[in-house]
Amino acid sequence: MSSATTAPAQAGANKNLHGPGSTIHVQTRNERPASFNLSDFEPVTGREVDWKLTPVAALADLLDATIDGAELTIDSTSNGSASVSWVSMSNDAVGLAGVPEDRASSIAWSSTENALLIDVSADDVSEVSVNRSGLGLAPRAAHTVIRVAPFAKTTVVLTSEGQASLSENVEIIAGESSQVTVISLQEWASDSRHLATHFIRADKNASVTHTVVSLSGAIVRVNPQTRLAGEGSSVNMLGLYFADSGEHLEQQVFVNHEAAQTKSRVNYKGALQGQGARTVWIGDVLIGPHAVGTDSYEQNRNLVLTEGTRADSIPNLEIKTGDIAGAGHASATGRFDDEQLFYLQARGIDEATARQLVVRGFLNEIVQQIPVASIAQRIELALDRELEGIA
Amino acid sequence: MAVLEIRDLHVSVETDQGTRQILRGVDLTICSGETHAIMGPNGSGKSTLAYTIAGHPRYTVDSGSITLDGADVLEMSVDERAKAGLFLAMQYPVEIPGVTVSNFLRTAKTAIEGTAPALRQWVGDVKTAMTNLKMDSSFTERNVNEGFSGGEKKRHEILQLELLKPQIAVLDETDSGLDVDALKIVSEGVNRAKENTGLGVLLITHYTRILRYIKPDFVHVFVAGKVAEQGGPELADRLEAEGYDRYVEATA
Repeated sequence: MSSATTAPAQAGANKNLHGPGSTIHVQTRNERPASFNLSDFEPVTGREVDWKLTPVAALADLLDATIDGAELTIDSTSNGSASVSWVSMSNDAVGLAGVPEDRASSIAWSSTENALLIDVSADDVSEVSVNRSGLGLAPRAAHTVIRVAPFAKTTVVLTSEGQASLSENVEIIAGESSQVTVISLQEWASDSRHLATHFIRADKNASVTHTVVSLSGAIVRVNPQTRLAGEGSSVNMLGLYFADSGEHLEQQVFVNHEAAQTKSRVNYKGALQGQGARTVWIGDVLIGPHAVGTDSYEQNRNLVLTEGTRADSIPNLEIKTGDIAGAGHASATGRFDDEQLFYLQARGIDEATARQLVVRGFLNEIVQQIPVASIAQRIELALDRELEGIA
Repeated sequence: MAVLEIRDLHVSVETDQGTRQILRGVDLTICSGETHAIMGPNGSGKSTLAYTIAGHPRYTVDSGSITLDGADVLEMSVDERAKAGLFLAMQYPVEIPGVTVSNFLRTAKTAIEGTAPALRQWVGDVKTAMTNLKMDSSFTERNVNEGFSGGEKKRHEILQLELLKPQIAVLDETDSGLDVDALKIVSEGVNRAKENTGLGVLLITHYTRILRYIKPDFVHVFVAGKVAEQGGPELADRLEAEGYDRYVEATA
């Protein structure tokens, strides 16, 4: 599979793999094991740095061995000349953006029979939407490639609903000077599980906006990672999640500044309500030795609405060059602010409405940046439903 | 004609060091159209009185009463007090990220009136009120108090006062942090509200300078959690000249 890779060499690929029985202490983010071969990944114990906050016991069937990789039933629409088609996993388009870095991703890669290829040709302007629903609770694997040729502009919306036990990889290749917007919206049924890795590669001067919105599901773990591979490329990674009782919503975000003059912004915001509501955000930013003049900032904010929730928020920043324009990170997890509530109530607004205003306001920063009106509206409606229960 | 009556009010607050008594028997009566200045040194309990009237949960009323036209204010929730006609212009208005001024004002007006205001009329009212307070029209699209300067926050409080049309307003150190231009603009807003709606005002301040622009009918000197002396506007002049030392020493 790696022979199909035409991308610049993946930093860290095929290095430092676990030998049987050996242990490895991963010190820097891009030295994490990466391989296309499932046999290179040890069974997941739950002690690994990238699994230790995940309920792995409830994911055993997705972390064990290969799973059903038949084509998913999807609904897709496309305007512009973007093509949406199923292609073999040995197609040139597959493997351009990333190499699996964990066992779930590797299993999904190895299991998938055909990949869904969303192909946007040069200078094209297009919008594509793909919906997955009713996949059923048996484990399924999938692979999606969004390949955007130079100077094209595209928006891809990936929506998910209903029951699923889905493990998948999504590759996003943003060609030179392209403008790519990808929105992944998870609105799964309450018993669904979803493991996903999104591999984003931004070539020279490409501009990518990637948004993960996870609103429901038993376990939803969407890990987007961006390689700013081309000089002058930029990424804006946004996330919004709302965990209710019994939901585990996780995202491990990684930005790898490989090239010079690259820019990244990461902003994830989440709300938690109800006994056992659980969220995990891990944000890694790596500024490589050649990435001079980079500008990066990542932040995660969580709003805790009730007792009995847990939010993990772990920002990491590694800088390997002395010449950067800016690098910062922030993380905050706070209880609902009673002073805000008082202020609104002192203007006659009842408590339930005041709480809705504050929470909606908190999350609005992300919703306002979703350029597809129908999706923004759908998220707002979903948030309204979530918030009806909190007062 | 509204009457806010405060009788023998005792209020305490929980601190890390235990319960602390702050108000120790306050008596005040404020009627529509009247302006009462409450003046006093820092720590005398002025802000506690303001927050207690508004119903902030941090303050515990140990005894005494507050009534508005005979109705028991202490039995009302915070929003019910606002709906009954009480208003508190805050000393430190909080930021509410992601909630625009426009959305906030409309939501508050709808809550107070019980029905949404007619859109065209409302937009016009907001615009007029903002022009009067020399606020730029882009203000409505900003998030509530987020990134506002001290002066903008206070103007925004008075904007709400003018639009929500309460019967009795408590202004908690609205003058603090304002330069003379902003102080004039804010004072004019209060005076307009008095003129237009017969507003009763409880003006809490440390300094006399705001009283040059908002003329008090009564001045109450607040020391150690109660009214130590009261009189007419001339009492403010005396405080201006002599300060609070006389009162503080008397209770020390």
